[in-house]
Amino acid sequence: MNKEWPLWEVFVRAKNGLSHKHAGSVHAADARMAVEAARDTYTRRMEGVSLWVVPSAAITASDPGGAEALFAPAQDKVYRHPTFYTIPENVKNI
Amino acid sequence: MPGEDNLFHHAVRLGDDALILAQRLSEWCGHAPMLEVDLALANIALDLFGQATFFLGLAGKLEGQGRDANALAFHRDVLDFRNCLLVEQPNGDFAQTIARQFLFSNWQELLMREIAAAPEVRLAAIGAKAVKEVTYHARYASEWVVRLGDGTEESRARMIAGLDWMWRFVDELFDSRDGTPSLRPEWDARIARTLAEANLELPKPRRAVLGGRAGHHSEHLGHLLCEMQFLPRAYPGAVW
Repeated sequence: MNKEWPLWEVFVRAKNGLSHKHAGSVHAADARMAVEAARDTYTRRMEGVSLWVVPSAAITASDPGGAEALFAPAQDKVYRHPTFYTIPENVKNI
Repeated sequence: MPGEDNLFHHAVRLGDDALILAQRLSEWCGHAPMLEVDLALANIALDLFGQATFFLGLAGKLEGQGRDANALAFHRDVLDFRNCLLVEQPNGDFAQTIARQFLFSNWQELLMREIAAAPEVRLAAIGAKAVKEVTYHARYASEWVVRLGDGTEESRARMIAGLDWMWRFVDELFDSRDGTPSLRPEWDARIARTLAEANLELPKPRRAVLGGRAGHHSEHLGHLLCEMQFLPRAYPGAVW
């Protein structure tokens, strides 16, 4: 029997309005313990105002072997960047 | 509210409780069952060291003899400490440490809430900051009581043993000189609620051991102070 507790991925929201960003992982027996472990491990220095924890097993990752097919085609499509538009001066944060 | 002299003693008791428990918890640093727990216990210890600094700092000012928080922490001998006996009890295993934290933090949370709302502004300011910290300590310890109590046969036996060890030091928390007897009914209710959730029975009544508030400590405190006070005494004025 595996005696290690399951792994949880931790996401921290730095301040309201920003999105949760991946911070790292913790071991915990359940979600509630994972939130507390995440609080104690990743927000000790005021890094966050909100936490998400997700069982690491629930994450499906893209296949590194397929990276070329997945990501390379985007390389020569600069027109997808919205840099061809003039942005009105009073629009901030773009 | 008591006069300045009583207020001094009051602040010393609050500061000593936090200081001694913080030092005890620090002993887990690098030894906890897992990294996440190690950090959690160290966080709690740091919160308590912070509270001790404020309470003892205030005590030093009230006394007016030029002693600051460091002087009170490192240059008093065991008979001058006024912490309750509960906080100086040895860590034992993790369950015994959790038992001590559970009983103490639930009491401290109620006490800090009261102090935060009290008319004595200097104490109230420290209490208001401490409430948030201690609320988490109580929650953390209570959750572990449930996990261990309602866990495996082994964890349950250890949790029961831990609570049995600490139970005789509970009555001292409700010493009349701090006006804490009034906190007892709510404390009893909280403890009973968590123990019920943990599927544990209330420990059997034990003959209370008292004396910490009068400076009569167990032998454990002397050893703890020996380690805690060694450096500033061996190297007076040492800086980091």
